[in-house]
Amino acid sequence: MLAVIGAETMEDLFSVIPPEQRASPYRLRSEGGSETEVLGHLGQLAAGNDTSLISFLGGGFYDHFIPAAVDSLSSRAEFVTCYTPYQAECSQGTLQALYEYQSAICRLTGLEVANASNYDGGSALAEAVLMARRITRRSCTLIDGSINPLHLAVVKTYLSGTDGEIVVVPPDGCRSSLEQLIANLDDTTASVVLPQPNFFGSISDFSEVLCQARRVGALAVSASYPMSLGLLRSPGEQGFDIAVGEGQSLGNPLSFGGPCLGFLATRRSYARQLPGRVAGATVDGEGRRGFVLTLQAREQHIRRQRATSNICSNQGLCALRALIYLSCLGREGFSGLARLNYDKAHYALDLLTDIPGVSPANRSPVFNEFTLRLPRPAGQVSSRLLAAGFAAGLPLDGFFPERSGELLVAVTEKRTSSEIERYAEALRRELVG
Amino acid sequence: MKSIFEKSRKGRKGVRLPLSDVPPAEPLSERLSRPLPAALPEVSELDVVRHFTRLSSLNFSVDGNFYPLGSCTMKYNPKAADHAAGLAGFTELHPLLPRLPGGEDFCQGALTLIWELQEILSDLTGMTATSLQPLAGAQGELAGTLIVRAWHSAQGSQRRYVIVPDTSHGTNPASAAMAGYDVLTVSTGPDGLMDEAEFSSRLGSDTAAVILTCPNTLGFYNPGVARISELAHRAGALMYCDGANFNAILGKVKPAEVGFDIVHLNLHKTFATPHGGGGPGAGPISVTRPLAEFLPLPRVERNDDGVCRLRLEAPSSIGSLAGAYGNFAVLVRAYAYVLLQGLEGLRESAEKAVLNANYLRILLRDCYESAYDRPCLHECVFSASRQAEKGIRALDIAKYLIDLGIHPPTTYFPLIVPEALMIEPTETESRETLDEFVQAMKAAAAASPDRLHRAPVNMPVSRLDEVLAARRLDLSFPEAQ
Repeated sequence: MLAVIGAETMEDLFSVIPPEQRASPYRLRSEGGSETEVLGHLGQLAAGNDTSLISFLGGGFYDHFIPAAVDSLSSRAEFVTCYTPYQAECSQGTLQALYEYQSAICRLTGLEVANASNYDGGSALAEAVLMARRITRRSCTLIDGSINPLHLAVVKTYLSGTDGEIVVVPPDGCRSSLEQLIANLDDTTASVVLPQPNFFGSISDFSEVLCQARRVGALAVSASYPMSLGLLRSPGEQGFDIAVGEGQSLGNPLSFGGPCLGFLATRRSYARQLPGRVAGATVDGEGRRGFVLTLQAREQHIRRQRATSNICSNQGLCALRALIYLSCLGREGFSGLARLNYDKAHYALDLLTDIPGVSPANRSPVFNEFTLRLPRPAGQVSSRLLAAGFAAGLPLDGFFPERSGELLVAVTEKRTSSEIERYAEALRRELVG
Repeated sequence: MKSIFEKSRKGRKGVRLPLSDVPPAEPLSERLSRPLPAALPEVSELDVVRHFTRLSSLNFSVDGNFYPLGSCTMKYNPKAADHAAGLAGFTELHPLLPRLPGGEDFCQGALTLIWELQEILSDLTGMTATSLQPLAGAQGELAGTLIVRAWHSAQGSQRRYVIVPDTSHGTNPASAAMAGYDVLTVSTGPDGLMDEAEFSSRLGSDTAAVILTCPNTLGFYNPGVARISELAHRAGALMYCDGANFNAILGKVKPAEVGFDIVHLNLHKTFATPHGGGGPGAGPISVTRPLAEFLPLPRVERNDDGVCRLRLEAPSSIGSLAGAYGNFAVLVRAYAYVLLQGLEGLRESAEKAVLNANYLRILLRDCYESAYDRPCLHECVFSASRQAEKGIRALDIAKYLIDLGIHPPTTYFPLIVPEALMIEPTETESRETLDEFVQAMKAAAAASPDRLHRAPVNMPVSRLDEVLAARRLDLSFPEAQ
């Protein structure tokens, strides 16, 4: 091959790089490892993580059961090793799956159009906020401070380079402060961001906030936990203009926080302001239905600095997993599963708040996560329970330093009644003796 | 093919839920409750399996087809890396576990892997520090341009412009704009490199950064990069390396040593993690010492005793770009890939990628016009300008290749090459595959305009009406009333 090219050595191919620009020595080991050695090493690293803990950790990432069909189908090489379906005719599998994923997200959220996914819940929320600024041509964003602080941090980072104010309305305990949200909405507000349930697990009735948003011409953005949409009234039906959320719960493993899945849905009239990829249905020359990436004129590869976003990918495989997951569960299964989460969380809430000194911190309804007030610093209690084999929940002072006695507890369908009871016993032993 | 929603039949179920082992809780108020379940498909598990198996068969993929998609680096990815990412010790690990007091002790394996990969990428780029948090190359660019902004602010200056060459990826100007910068574009000279005279005239005290792809999207390494860096630094600007093409210089050039201050890497390209139909990827960024304090949070640090810890606070950090530590499963694959290759293997991957690209460049230039007739690194760009005289477009050639079972090259990029066909064979392809591709490209050059215009004819659908798709938007399957 070198002869065809007219080069004598491999090095000739790199002759364009001047000697003084050649790399200094590397620290990396020279030889590669065999598959046995490398997998042995990775196996040891994996074993260095304790996944035997009985976990009540949530905080935006949830441990839900994943049907075997999700792994089996989504690991097909034809889905895993293809790229962005720009060449539609040889990518109909991916494109139809994205179109079906968008359809499923529309049905969950009660909205009319969805994009083909964003990186995660936080970046989807940031993109929704930017989208609302473009639509309203206003720059102020009002955010309910009971939103997941991890997502809020991402929004702040995304918006840090551009003008425009972010007003965060502090929560009232574990409640969203509805009165303050209403009071802060005015004709400079581009969007108001409302979490459902909020970070502390509380479910709110936002109807009055939505009324006020409509009155002042601000868009309402729902940050939803998709599993709760099996029980809760959909954002679209409540009158939200945009719905986003973290879709990891839909058939994607925890994987130490990534990859995740940001979903984003909106009203049809805002479709041309969507960020990122969108799959659409069309026809071929013979009138057969097929799918393409559409509205590409919004995107960075065409519009460059005037694009609706810089995003150049989506979470294709995670969106596919979500679609397979939702198909496996189906209409009745998904709402049944949401109900199971709800029932288990309430069972745990009853048992745990039966312990002397432990009280519920939420005054609003909850879905599958709630906040406990403990008689001792939650960090200390959680660390003692870790040693006993329980990830008891998330001590809130890691995010809100003043909330040292509060513990955020998530209960998914995977926790059995016996695990919940053992957890309650362990907490009782720790607190009461 | 029918959609999964069209296959739905009332009452059909895929997965059986476990029976509840707790008493039912008092239901939510009607006001908060969904009146009817979401209209998800009602299908059996077999319906689901058939549906998605058939859908998968409609895709081309690297495992099934040659995929010389320029700029996308569709190399074959070793299965061992996938296997490692699927280990339960990784997949079942909750990201907030290390944020519990004492919790870091329960995930030392994952934290160590992150720390080691940070070190490896710093070594390969010559940089001081790395954050693995950015979830894709474009998010790495956003992080990088926000670091540019933070650094200038810390210097007490506000600058307005980011300079990019006209061959740059669209994400470069788009990311700069998201970080609040105006974009200045510099033309490409007859040598396929950024025009240095024009660059000098644009560079000034208002320039915040210069973003260069190295090698550039035409596949050329710019030996003037050190000089450009010096000029930029003298003007007080930072140098940003779009590392999307880092696979061409892996083990050969460290971006920090030719003057770059920031680089992002696309792990799904250079470090062989599969592309998943468009994602997830990963776009870590590495920076020089003065910029390390601005990196996103959290980061993983290692104490002298070898224990890895999360660092959650740094006063100058640009903040967080994700809820956790990046696309961890992608990071596991990249880490496994590096260990499998070793430095020698990585360097050989760059050499073989360059060999393969130049082999195609020589063998195809009789049939297709070279955009710039000079040796390239990992990819070569042709123009279908000769074919255009007969009314044949790059798109027609692309669609004809589909009929031959080959995924087309990237078309119409870089934007400055008319009827561009951008070919990146990657190092994992054999000479036999390359020869077959050359035959296919020659067949396309010899085919009649009519045949090319009709292509593809061997696929489940023929050419799709994209204009109609954008005009009459149909983005979701309608719900039955």
